[in-house]
Amino acid sequence: MERRYLLGNEAIAHACIEAGVDFVSGYPGTPSSEVIDTLRVQPERSYHVEWSVNEKVALENALAAAWCGIRALCTMKHVGLNVAADPLMTSAYTGVTGGFVVMSADDPYAHSSQNEQDSRCYAHFARLPCLDPAGVQEAHDMIPVAFRISEEFGIPVIFRPTTRICHSKGDVGLGDPVKSGRKGEFHKDPRQYVVIPVNTRVLHKKLNEKQPAIRKRLVELGLNRYEVRGKTAIIASGIGASYVQEILPSGISFMKIGAYPIDEEWLAGFVSRHEKILVIEELAPEVEEIVRQVAGCVPVCGKKNGYAPYEGELSPMVVAATMEKAGFLPSNPFPEITPVENLPARPPILCAGCLHRGAFYAIKKVFKDAIYPSDIGCYTLGLQLGVVDTTICMGASITVASGIAHSGEPRDVVCTIGDSTFLHTGIQGLMNAVYNGADMTVVILDNRITAMTGHQPNPNTGMTACGMDTPSVSLEAVCRACGVTFVETVDPYDITGMVKVLEDAKKRSGVKVIIARQMCVITARRAGIKRNRYTVDKDACTGCGTCVRFGCPAIEFADELAEISELCSGCGICEQLCPVGGIIREGKR
Amino acid sequence: MSGVFNILIVGIGGQGTILASNILGEACLIEGRHVKGAETHGMAQRGGSVESHIRIDGEYGPLIPPGHADLLISFDLLEALRYSHYLKSGGRMVVNRHLVLPTSVFTQKLAAPSEVGIATALKKFDLCLLDADKMAAEAGSPLSQNVVMLGAAAQSIPLKPESLLEAVRRLVPKKTVEINTKAFEAGRDFGRTC
Repeated sequence: MERRYLLGNEAIAHACIEAGVDFVSGYPGTPSSEVIDTLRVQPERSYHVEWSVNEKVALENALAAAWCGIRALCTMKHVGLNVAADPLMTSAYTGVTGGFVVMSADDPYAHSSQNEQDSRCYAHFARLPCLDPAGVQEAHDMIPVAFRISEEFGIPVIFRPTTRICHSKGDVGLGDPVKSGRKGEFHKDPRQYVVIPVNTRVLHKKLNEKQPAIRKRLVELGLNRYEVRGKTAIIASGIGASYVQEILPSGISFMKIGAYPIDEEWLAGFVSRHEKILVIEELAPEVEEIVRQVAGCVPVCGKKNGYAPYEGELSPMVVAATMEKAGFLPSNPFPEITPVENLPARPPILCAGCLHRGAFYAIKKVFKDAIYPSDIGCYTLGLQLGVVDTTICMGASITVASGIAHSGEPRDVVCTIGDSTFLHTGIQGLMNAVYNGADMTVVILDNRITAMTGHQPNPNTGMTACGMDTPSVSLEAVCRACGVTFVETVDPYDITGMVKVLEDAKKRSGVKVIIARQMCVITARRAGIKRNRYTVDKDACTGCGTCVRFGCPAIEFADELAEISELCSGCGICEQLCPVGGIIREGKR
Repeated sequence: MSGVFNILIVGIGGQGTILASNILGEACLIEGRHVKGAETHGMAQRGGSVESHIRIDGEYGPLIPPGHADLLISFDLLEALRYSHYLKSGGRMVVNRHLVLPTSVFTQKLAAPSEVGIATALKKFDLCLLDADKMAAEAGSPLSQNVVMLGAAAQSIPLKPESLLEAVRRLVPKKTVEINTKAFEAGRDFGRTC
């Protein structure tokens, strides 16, 4: 067996190949993206793989593939499951014939997300089985099991890794790649696939009837297991189980939950053999609720009585503190240590030469006192520049803008949205704003790629996930088709030009769209595009600080004068901003 | 917990901390040892402060608790100080003498920390301070600074230097094997003297 040091997501991708996956779709989202990013670059592929325009689209595509009897995987981040929730809920009713695994990667602590929702709750809600790995090797090993459970019970299976699984690494034992050779075949069966009331009532009953057998099988498969070692017990799931195992004293029983739904009878048998139970799990008290239901008079420590936190991610420190508090550890092996205080923060920042910084600067210059709804992407970092007033979910900048515009708020409303986000769920909002007569400006920040998640192509890029040429969507034509009459495309490196167009838009009523188009500076560098760097003419510089306030990481200040570092990528915006002509272009490089 | 050797690599997004951690992981595979790790992806990457945890012989969780790192490798002076509470008492610190001031210093007009000030604050640790940028340039490419850093830390890592060097050769681009071998050796020579 080959062993490799892999990222969790790479191990998951490899496991899908070992399981002979036939169809893969998804929408990028941290921490899930590297699964498809790994699958799409394999030299020999025996499966279809695509980046879909959003999670709903991805899930419906994959579901249909599974209806044709082939193995399908659909990947997304936890909040993507909200977008895909509509087909997900009813896919539990229709079921599948081929194995169907929906990977929804949770992000406790919201490292790179807008909330800390728990995909296990969706599984519970939809009555779908859910697999919850505790480490990278287990995440790998669970994938073929997930496909088998899906096929055995004819039901989609949710696979729920978290950030500390997806983005952790380990030495992973791998199996051999499998080419399934399966070809999809759709067998018409309206009673299964046409969910009119008369059919769906029957399907709902069938879904409920599957549950007891699923619960038992998850125990038989060893996904849920225990070891009795004493009078008290810890029940743990996900990465929390790994943290517990690292410091678990002997003499304490241990139950590891790796899959849901949990067999209550089996659980009750374990709980009743103990005098006290501690439940360790990340986010929602999914396990704890069931433990409490079966515990009778056995005391249970968990989130509900203040032993463990509801919010944030678990860590060795949090788990140790919880175990100590509940009396499962005599002392805390990881006492809190205060970091060095008052160091300047180093938050993520828009790259030197990022088109978004130029666009934000121009927006702020023209619309000084406006409301700036924004969206999900690199450009959310525009918050640091004071040009992001709202962000709630994918595609919501345009809808929030029209809501504010219709509310009676007298100030101008200027919203920003990236190209991938616009195609994800922004178009409907634009159509709605035009249809209902909103008065607002939409700036589409078009870098022709999905950048924050790692440069995945989208329908705007002109390239598929696997690098094949494909027609590129015309954002201008889409906007015009939605009924927008003012559609202008500008280069955000040309501040003067962009300011002029924004001023024009400001004078007009209705919905105005400005497409600020320039390649992502990272993609440009990878494509070998080189621009001359800029430098400060120390004799001309007056140290006024205009360029530094622009917030470009390449511009520093030393001895009261500006300085441009090697990070400069040559966008040339600072040259346009300098009031004394103190920034000049260097020779070719 | 005992028996696990914890290494924390810190720096700024884009400095090559992930390649450095992959080299350590690969060296563990070469020696047939378990290894766990965790790293920063997504939003935090864009020029932000990044950390890679590597736990040699680790079997459970991927995270090193503060106060439990045996070795801290930092690609930047300020980041070394920021993560210094991860180091256990008596732990080793290998730090690149290089300071990138965060943009927040300029945009928010915060007090700028100085190279000398940070280097002084780090003196209480078992510190190896080196000019990895310069040594990497001398080896043939500034991009090999992460390998210089690993070389300088090698004597504190419970892996054979041959395994580390073999891992370097496997993971760096083919054209740069010679440069990176030189970079590793230069780092290692320096590491022995401090």
